[in-house]
Amino acid sequence: MSAVVLRRGRFSANVERRTLLLVAVMALAVAGLGLLGLCYGATWASPAKVFEALGGARGGSNVVIREWRLPRVLAGLVFGAALGVAGAIFQNLTRNPMGSPDVIGLDAGAYTGALVAITVLSGTSAQLAFGSVVGGVVAAAAVYLLSLGGGLSGLRLVVIGIAVNATLTAVNSWIVLRAELEVAIAAVGWSAGSLNGVDWADLRIPFAIIAVLLVLLVARSSAVHQAALGDAVAASTGVHLERLRLQMVLIGVGCTATVTAVAGPIAFIALAAPQIGRRLARSPGIPLLPAALTGAVLLQGADLLAQVLLAPVPLPVGVISTAIGGCYLIWLLIKEVRRT
Amino acid sequence: MTGTRRRSGARVVLLVAALVLLVGVAVVSVGVGAHAIAPAEVVRALLEPNGSSDHLVVRDIRLPRAVLAVGAGAALAVSGVLVQVLSRNPLAEPGVLGVTAGAGFAITVGSALGLTASAAGELLLAVLGAVAAALLVYSVGRGSPLRLVLTGVALSSVLAGVSLGMRLLLPDVFDEYRFWAVGSLAGREQAPNAWPLLVIALGVLGALLLSRQLDAIALGETTAHALGANVARVRLVALVLITALAGAATAVAGPILFVGLIVPHLARRLAGASVPWLTAYAAVLGPVLLVVSDIGSRVLLPTGEVPVAIVTAFLGGPVLVWAVRRYGAAPL
Repeated sequence: MSAVVLRRGRFSANVERRTLLLVAVMALAVAGLGLLGLCYGATWASPAKVFEALGGARGGSNVVIREWRLPRVLAGLVFGAALGVAGAIFQNLTRNPMGSPDVIGLDAGAYTGALVAITVLSGTSAQLAFGSVVGGVVAAAAVYLLSLGGGLSGLRLVVIGIAVNATLTAVNSWIVLRAELEVAIAAVGWSAGSLNGVDWADLRIPFAIIAVLLVLLVARSSAVHQAALGDAVAASTGVHLERLRLQMVLIGVGCTATVTAVAGPIAFIALAAPQIGRRLARSPGIPLLPAALTGAVLLQGADLLAQVLLAPVPLPVGVISTAIGGCYLIWLLIKEVRRT
Repeated sequence: MTGTRRRSGARVVLLVAALVLLVGVAVVSVGVGAHAIAPAEVVRALLEPNGSSDHLVVRDIRLPRAVLAVGAGAALAVSGVLVQVLSRNPLAEPGVLGVTAGAGFAITVGSALGLTASAAGELLLAVLGAVAAALLVYSVGRGSPLRLVLTGVALSSVLAGVSLGMRLLLPDVFDEYRFWAVGSLAGREQAPNAWPLLVIALGVLGALLLSRQLDAIALGETTAHALGANVARVRLVALVLITALAGAATAVAGPILFVGLIVPHLARRLAGASVPWLTAYAAVLGPVLLVVSDIGSRVLLPTGEVPVAIVTAFLGGPVLVWAVRRYGAAPL
């Protein structure tokens, strides 16, 4: 496959042409969906109007675009990318397409933490965020510790993750059944995963956390690529494997739990995005960038559909993400069967 | 593997022990409830009923419920064994492969169209849904175990998403669906369940008869051919049994995940690599797990009941972790 070398000063990257093209197309799709998201709402705003509003023009409808639609669009972009990256990280660590954070219990753990925050504490958004991050980290630690001994080998970790996920999901249902009706309704509504009504105040801290995590990930990406060549190669080129894995797990957990804290557990993006991205890029190794972009496209597209489908009733985006992501994955699998 | 060398005598003793355990938990299960009944009284109600209210409760409500739990447990566990052996995938189970989701979805659509008036109609819908899901997942995912699981999970989530959308559009359907959405035995003991239970009994019997040929297939396709097994036909029959069992269990108890995953993992510790023994143990241990879970479902909440599917997941998770840690993921 033909490759392009990008060079700027002392940094250089060897990128395959197809990946480069894919990244460009995906970036365009993200921008297009973003613009569409800013235009769409109770009243349609023309793209010109959107640019005017983004430029800082005053007036009621501009405020709607800047303060209501923009945060939602950005949330779809950033959260989708974060979920895609988290999925790619875990699927690589477990070397298993099933090993995404929502399958191995991190979403369920984050939800447990949030439920405890809602039912035991007063359930402010800060408590909710803290609870779900703690829940996600504890679930990840539990899966990690329980699967120690066999190392982080794929199948073992996934089976234990599925077990932990099932137990936590049962605990979650039990908490909801025990709770007061209003609390239960709020908790169940949140559990579908939704971007309805997010605003800047909800997003500042999560965006900052995800930005830091992604920068850390980029800093370690060359080591990740070496690790993908096999344990022996990685060790001989000076990569400390155990430390790298722990760092990757923490970055993945951080991304998942942060998204869950704000939007609830949005299923399937983390599972589907790396798979779709990898197949589109057809590149060997670790498709972190394609996964992130695919995740952003998926979540943005799903959120738009969720708003349009039963308008004016906004569906939770989790409903759409599961349905669309699942259909697309089945289609890809069918295509692969035909080819082989 | 040590299991393959375990002598038949030891296996028979273990199987009898499991049966005794099943009878024990069944008697306890009939005694536990809003009104507790002593085991001795339960036995007396079964052997020489005197028409007292306790005896009526035992015979008309709790016994049918225990029978349901036994039937659904056996169906799920045995279909789990068949799926795992057929796909050579220790992660596979009817729930993971979308078969249960297909059955549940068919019942949702059926109730929207008013087709679920009779128990036989419900059963037929559930089995049709299970067949459709199994065919789809198998045709897309055949060839690779992981792709099979991936397809199943994808299909389950598509169906879950679509039925959630339908529930938001049609609240009446939602009301009906809620009954199915969480697997539960509560309130189902009064429904006419003779047909599903008969299907389950025939399915388990069929699985036991088929298990010798499956044993050959488990050794690999080439070996199976050499041993004279008709691989394609055995696969087809196994698929029919899987969908009938999973569909019937879903029709009587709603989608209960995890029994089909966990029980084969446990049964494999006792049966080793022998599929006939695996099937026999699963047919006994599945009911044990579901009856124990059903007892749990009645005592875990101070008011009302927890759906039994939640309890199976709650119990099954730690057991699975233990099994994986103790014995490894036991690839087939």
